[in-house]
Order: sequence, then structure tokens, then C-alpha cells
Amino acid sequence: MMTDYLEKVKKALGPKKQFIHGDTAVCYGALLAGCNFFGGYPITPASEIAEMMAKLLPKVGGVVIQMEDELAGMASIIGASWTGAKAMTATSGPGFSLMQENIGFAFMSETPVVLANVQRSGPSTGQPTLGAEGDMMQARYGSHGDYQSITLSPNTIQETMEFTIKAFNLAEEYRCPVFVMTSADIGHMREMVTIPEEVETFERKKPKVPPEEYVPFGKGQYGKEKVPEFAPFGTGYKTYVTGLTHNEFGFPATDDQQDHDRLIRRQIEKVTDDREKLTDIEQRDMEDADVALVSYGLASRSALGALSVARERGEKVGYFRLKTIWPFPIKAINEMSKKVDKIIVAEMNTGQIYHKVKEYADCEVVLSSKIGGEVHTPNEILAEV
Amino acid sequence: MKEKKSVNIVSGKKIQEKYLRDEMMPHIFCNGCGLGNVLDYALWAIEKEGLDMDKTVFLSGIGCSSRIPGYIHADALHTTHGRALAFATGVKMANPDLNVIVFTGDGDCMGIGGNHFIHAVRRNLDITVIAVNNYIYGMTGGQVAPTTPEGHFATTSPYGNIEPPFNMSDMAKAAGATYVARWPVFKPHQPINSIREGLQNKGFSFIEMLSPCTTAYGRRNKFRRIEDLWAHYEEKTILAEDHDQIEKFGTQEERKALKDKIKIGVFHRETKKSLEQRYQELLEELK
Repeated sequence: MMTDYLEKVKKALGPKKQFIHGDTAVCYGALLAGCNFFGGYPITPASEIAEMMAKLLPKVGGVVIQMEDELAGMASIIGASWTGAKAMTATSGPGFSLMQENIGFAFMSETPVVLANVQRSGPSTGQPTLGAEGDMMQARYGSHGDYQSITLSPNTIQETMEFTIKAFNLAEEYRCPVFVMTSADIGHMREMVTIPEEVETFERKKPKVPPEEYVPFGKGQYGKEKVPEFAPFGTGYKTYVTGLTHNEFGFPATDDQQDHDRLIRRQIEKVTDDREKLTDIEQRDMEDADVALVSYGLASRSALGALSVARERGEKVGYFRLKTIWPFPIKAINEMSKKVDKIIVAEMNTGQIYHKVKEYADCEVVLSSKIGGEVHTPNEILAEV
Repeated sequence: MKEKKSVNIVSGKKIQEKYLRDEMMPHIFCNGCGLGNVLDYALWAIEKEGLDMDKTVFLSGIGCSSRIPGYIHADALHTTHGRALAFATGVKMANPDLNVIVFTGDGDCMGIGGNHFIHAVRRNLDITVIAVNNYIYGMTGGQVAPTTPEGHFATTSPYGNIEPPFNMSDMAKAAGATYVARWPVFKPHQPINSIREGLQNKGFSFIEMLSPCTTAYGRRNKFRRIEDLWAHYEEKTILAEDHDQIEKFGTQEERKALKDKIKIGVFHRETKKSLEQRYQELLEELK
């Protein structure tokens, strides 16, 4: 990132060390990543992100707009992204549901955007102020049709900030929406955070060829082959962007099986080809473990507690935390499952990632489920050992 | 004698060559559809205003009218149903230097997009919206629209529509649009001038085009042929000024006849700061 801009951001953020909550950390990460557009709609427990963005973004010359609903919030950031902006929105379950339509559009049109979902208990209005992790499948399959999302799940406030930076970089690199999945607990929990001195940012690749040679949805020319270069609106490339199935020139091609097949498979493969690269796992005490505690997000904090309780008792338990949820770390789960007798998946829903783990594990997999807005106690997780 | 304006008059052929995407032809519009006219008028207005097509973005939602941007050689965002104005808000706010033109239809704008519409208008973004009103959901085969007149037939109102329709231009004006006009497509000059005025206006401009759809609307409502619908518009429309005069000074009979008339013309002009302008001022203040 340009140093003077980063300096301006750091000035707006204030002291290098701060005791902040997860929602603020999302904003800090966004600004550090170069976010210059926020469009959203208030919702508990994500409203603080919109509030903080409204305060901070204008100070660094960015745009904040509160839209009329979540559908519009998502729409506005896609529009902004097509002018070249680094755009994001933030929401929680009910809003995430409303955004699914335009999330699908963002995947189909290969628009880099970031969405922070501060999850709460659902379905429907559920428990607005209490945390959950019930939207993990929605982050993968929420919109209709076939697509592949990138979804990150932090478990500390520092990590929430860092993952938001990472989300922007991945969105730019892969030209697709990236989800940062926190929860009400992470969103409202305060921890000490250190604002980084340097921030590595990735900017979407722009075409180098003249407009007449530019193929907006064709092969990438000098980056990833499956990620075409992005020509922002207003730069003379005259790109037609549609949610219809389109050919490599961007024009509707709705009745050809091969056009659709080629387009959708490329859009999925641009992410899944890099599955290993995107896999991000924290392991503790896994070397000699017979039982692996697989978890992510807030539940992983309880799993960490369970780990120390079990180790004190002399039980060979290990901790295996997924930081990237989607694309799913197939190989890592499979290899790990061959070394343990049992996997316990602890999550704050009635079993979502559990099913994916079970799909790729070669050992017994059990679920430790907790819902209702409270976290697992370590003993609840260990009851499954 | 009036001095001649130095406007470059070019031929329709040149307009076609300059603005249309050859590779998108043939277009999807039915015989007798008014969308070709609307596209034509928009391009003439753009030509006369000398808009830089490298800096002009067209947006649309879903429906027949929303296919228009695909035929124009420019940046375009063909978005989800009803949401074009929400996308346009992002485009314009993120880059106020771009000219933003939105094509929408009555179902797209007043049905599924109604909420986005009133809020985009309220914000007074500097964008120009060309809303094509054909009283029907055409793309999906002729379902009743929020604009279908009472008693008229559609596939989902087979016994006649029992709901009162929305008046799009009145809605735009009530929500705070700074330029509002309505014209039927059979008049070329007035809509071209209105689109030009809309492009010049530094705020939310709304141009409603009454456009015939013989395929999905006409044939179910005794307008089987194109000329039936054109004749219908000719007979039913009345200039807003004439309407007001008759309302004030007309005989009882003349006033009674107004009930069935559709007002056309420029309904509203106002100068108000656009949202982008206000935002730029805010940024200046914070510097």
C-alpha cells in the first residue's frame, strides 16, 4: 500500500495498541487493507461496524453509505467495486440471508468484495444479541447455483483485524466475495490489539492490453490464468457485466451448455485449484494425539480450554483449528484423521462443518454441538472424548 | 431570425455505428416493442449532450427494458431484479465523475425495486433514470404489474386487474426527484429533450416512457396490432399544461373526460444539491 495512505489510516486509527472489540477490529483491518467504500444496513450485533466505518472512512477520503436494506447494501458495494473501489459490507444472519441474491451476482460477475458476518442465533430473528456459528453453510451454499466462496473464521480480536486485511487481499487476488465470519461474542468481546506497522496489500490485476484486445471474462494474461484482469468502469474498456451466463466477452450466452459449464467451472476452480494454499490451520499437541478437537471461531476458544484440561488429565487430545473454512481443507482433514482414532467437532450450531469433516475423515467423527447463545464449557466438549 | 445552434446533426446510421454493439445483434425485442425507440432517443440525447462514452456507465435490473444497456458500447452493469438503483448508488458514490444512466421497467422499478427506487430518489443522486412503462411484466410473459390499469387483463389477472396502479412519475416527484417527465414513445423530440435535460440536471432525473408491448399486454387488452396501442396512447395522453387548464377552466363535461387521461410532459424541475456533492463537501470539512 502507498505509505502516505497507510500513514493517514494509522493516524485515523490512533494508538498502536488498543483495547477494542471485534466489530472495531473489522473496521481497522478494512482500513489497513485499503477499503474505501462501505455500504451497509444496521443490524445487531454488526451495527458497530457501520458506525465505526461512518466515523473513520470519511477521515481517509472513503465513502460510507447506509442503504435502505441489506439487498441494497450488498448491491452498492458491487457497484462501487466495479469503479475499482475496495468495498465491503457487514451484517448478521437475517441480513446475510437478504444479501444472498446479490452475493450470487458478485460470484457470477467476479466482483471483489468483502463481507463481515457477525453471526447470531437463528433462524429468523432468533437471538439477536447472542453469538452463534449457524451461517457457515450459508457462507458456502447460501445463494442459488454453483459457486465457491472463500470464508475465514477468526477466534481473537487481533485475528479479526488480520483476517479482514487478508479477506481484502484474497478478494482482489481471486476476484470473488470473501466472507469474514465472526459472531456476536467475537464482535463485542474486547482484547488488546496491535496495529501492524506494515501492511501487505494485493491489488486486482488490471488489463495491460488496449480495449480492443481486452477479453473481460477470458484467461488471465499475467496473473492467475483463471482470474481475468479487471478493467474498472470509466477506464475506457467498456465492459458489459451481467448476472446472466456470459461468454468470455461478457455477453449473454444463456442457452449454450458449454458456455455455462466453462464459465462456472473456471469460477469455482480459480479458488479450488489453490485449496492447499488457502488452507490455514492452527494445531496444538497434535503430534501424539489420539483424539482431535476440530473447531473454529469462538467454539475454538472453548476447545483450547478443553485441550488444557484433557492434557492435565493425561489424555492424548490435540487441537486442530480451521482458520479458513472454505474452500474446505480436504487434504489436511484427511491426513490428520489417519493419525487419530477420533475427531470431535465442536461448533456453535447443530452440526454444519461436522458433516464436511465426516465426509473427508477416515476415523470416527462426533459432534459437540452448542446453541442458544452460550459457548461450550471445556467439559461439554470433553464429554465426547 | 433565430440563430442556428451549432449542434452536429448526424444520421441515424452514424448513431448506430458510434454507440451500438454489433456483436449483440440481433436484439431480443419483439415486433412493435417501444424499447428500440427508447434506446434511440437515449442515444440521440447522449450524442447531443456530447457525453464521453469512456466515462458513462449504464445500469439496469431485470426485464425487457433492462436488456438495453447490453446494446450500447459502454461500461454496463446488468444487475439483479429491481436493484439497479442500489448498484448505481455504489457506482456514483464511489466515482462521482462517471455519468450514470439507469434503464428500468415498471415491474423492475415499482414492483420488486420499489424500495430502492424511493430511496435513490430521496438521496438525489446525480443520475438519470429512464423508466420504460409498458403496464406489464413482459419478459416473463405478461403477468400483472404494479402499473397495470384497473380492469386490464394479464396472465395473472385473467378476470381483470382489481388493484389500483402506481403512478411512477408521481412517485418520483413525491420522493424528491429533481427532474420528472413522462412521454409516450411515439413522440421522438420531447423525450430526447427530456433525456437531455435529465443528463444536464445535477440530481435525480426521472424520465418515464410509455411504451407499447403488443406481445404481452396489447393482445390481451384489445390492442392486438401495434397501431392500436399507438392510437391508444395518442387518444389517452394529454399535455400536463392542457390538463391543468381544462381542470381550471373547462366545462363539466371536459373535466369529466380528464378522468381517463394520462398526463404527459415535464412535471417537475428543481435545483437541489446531489448526494455526491454533499458528500464531497463533508470530506472537505473533515480535511
